[in-house]
Amino acid sequence: MDDDLTARIVNDPRYQELKSRRSRFGWWLTVAMLIVYYGFILLVAFDKPLLATRLGSGVTTIGMPLGLGVIVFTIVITGIYVRRANNEYDDLTDRIAKGVLK
Amino acid sequence: MSRPVRTVVAALALLAVAATALAAGADLGQAEKQPTNWTAITMFAVFVVGTLFITKWAAARTKSAADFYTAGGGITGFQNGLAIAGDYMSAASFLGISAAVMVGGFDGLIYSIGFLVGWPVVTFLLAERLRNLGKFTFADVAAFRFEQTPVRVFAASGTLVVVAFYLIAQMVGAGQLIKLLFGLEYWIAVVIVGALMMVYVLFGGMTATTWVQIIKAGLLLGGATFMALMVLWNFGFSPEAMFAKAVEIKTGLAASAGKAPDVAAKEGFSIMGPGGFIKDPISAISFGMALMFGTAGLPHILMRFFTVPNAKEARKSVLWATTWIGYFYVLTFIIGFGAITFVLTNPQFLDAKGGLLGGGNMAAVHLANAVGGNVFLGFISAVAFATILAVVAGLTLSGASAVSHDLYATVFKHGKADSASELKVSRITTVALGIIAVLLGIAFEKQNIAFMVSLAFAIAASANFPVLLMSVLWKDCTTRGAVIGGFLGLISSVALTVVSPAVWEATLGNPKGSALFPYASPALFSMVIGFVGIWLFSVLDRSARAQRDRAGFIAQQVRSETGIGAAAASGH
Repeated sequence: MDDDLTARIVNDPRYQELKSRRSRFGWWLTVAMLIVYYGFILLVAFDKPLLATRLGSGVTTIGMPLGLGVIVFTIVITGIYVRRANNEYDDLTDRIAKGVLK
Repeated sequence: MSRPVRTVVAALALLAVAATALAAGADLGQAEKQPTNWTAITMFAVFVVGTLFITKWAAARTKSAADFYTAGGGITGFQNGLAIAGDYMSAASFLGISAAVMVGGFDGLIYSIGFLVGWPVVTFLLAERLRNLGKFTFADVAAFRFEQTPVRVFAASGTLVVVAFYLIAQMVGAGQLIKLLFGLEYWIAVVIVGALMMVYVLFGGMTATTWVQIIKAGLLLGGATFMALMVLWNFGFSPEAMFAKAVEIKTGLAASAGKAPDVAAKEGFSIMGPGGFIKDPISAISFGMALMFGTAGLPHILMRFFTVPNAKEARKSVLWATTWIGYFYVLTFIIGFGAITFVLTNPQFLDAKGGLLGGGNMAAVHLANAVGGNVFLGFISAVAFATILAVVAGLTLSGASAVSHDLYATVFKHGKADSASELKVSRITTVALGIIAVLLGIAFEKQNIAFMVSLAFAIAASANFPVLLMSVLWKDCTTRGAVIGGFLGLISSVALTVVSPAVWEATLGNPKGSALFPYASPALFSMVIGFVGIWLFSVLDRSARAQRDRAGFIAQQVRSETGIGAAAASGH
């Protein structure tokens, strides 16, 4: 890619908007994933009895829905990002490309 | 066209030889081998013939280096998602995690969650940037604005080391598994895996490797779904009823082992909560980091992002992959509990001492027999073999691209190699890697290789991932910083693993407690060493090259964010 094209894209306010919006969203979701996963691991490391607490009269413990919840959360959070990136961010990218490549 | 035909014939001949050898082996009546399972062998043969036809079709389409490395960039997000999931759902995770659940219950779930949570991080930080910057290998991305030679040499080293450890684990697993499932000699099993894998990669390149992976992923998900549904159906689709029965059986087993009733009850209930899997918090966090960030540094997984046409499809493929892998881990959890309730109490599957016939990893295989009879047992055995074959093919392809694209074409030919000679080098490397994999597989037969997959993850997290992340996201990163920091991460993760209990005591036979590094995984330390190394040597770098490295960031960022100027779906 030539320097002139790069300069035109960098000077496009829409590019700056895309960059900051997407990277902020990406990092927030990354932090959320880290908190959920390491929260779970720290519970395993420091409070085993809590995870082994029975939910009701049966044998099912708090750990079971919590563990399953981490799996579901992982899929859902990935879906949220992909949905937003494939619509909002890609639209913005297309407009930037049309603007600079005409 | 005649070459693929010859290939099919040769492979069929190989199978025939294998079948004869197998009959001969069965006559010897070795104790540890299972009786010859013809259903399993027939189903596996059907899989092999089917995939060889795909290889034949793919071979006709594999003309350029781009076709060989990335299937011409023509794979859709959905297909690629299944292929990534296939690469990730190895036989080790299918048999290993269901066995871990059977033994430890909840602990097995902790393990599988660790393998899953790396995917969102890959999605948010790397997937689309990889697609926008790279062409064939992750080194294309890591070396984008840097001096090519040193970064490529590092990336090829990181790739080959990770591939080697992963490959040894798969080959040894294949040999042991097939000895048990099919009643074949260990070395014959390893040679069959090596030979078939070479055929797929040599002739069909990425197209064949991807389709083999997709078919296998479909079969594995289908088979595991059937097993999980059968287990749940037996309990009226009530997880509580399944858990209650499992606790009852575990309690009964503890009581019959001579434990007092209250101790036995406690032991039975222990499968419902975390147990001894994670002993100290440092090991827990370190192990979690290796699994989470290792995913983002596995070369054979990263390579798959270049097989899709654009960033949109790259994102879709990780979402599909995450969904399938998450679903698969839920299934293996149910299968593990199913194994407690159906396998542990059935004398048909147990030896004289009450252990599982064929070893602990056979939980899912015996369960297949229990819920689906001999035909389904054959099906699951064949799928397990197919799984190893497909994963090994993907690993070999990524090792071959590191040698031909990064070392040969870029380092030795300075980017002036033509597509045909690059293709030739990758095919020669495929044969070499295939032979090395078979030899290593045979050499490591008697070794404890359980640590090798986690070692591969630790190295990927400590060497490949930091270099990739810093080169893409940090503007002040320089060639020197990336290379020195990357090698520090690589060396420290390998060195710390060697002096950890799993290798120093369990494999090398040193006395218990003599390991210098007490934790289960080096990642917490070696990742820090890698990142700090990259940061420090970049900040201290005052060379002219460093000026250019930093100046190149803006253009790299524009391309990584927008995809303008990115390598399009090449060829077709």
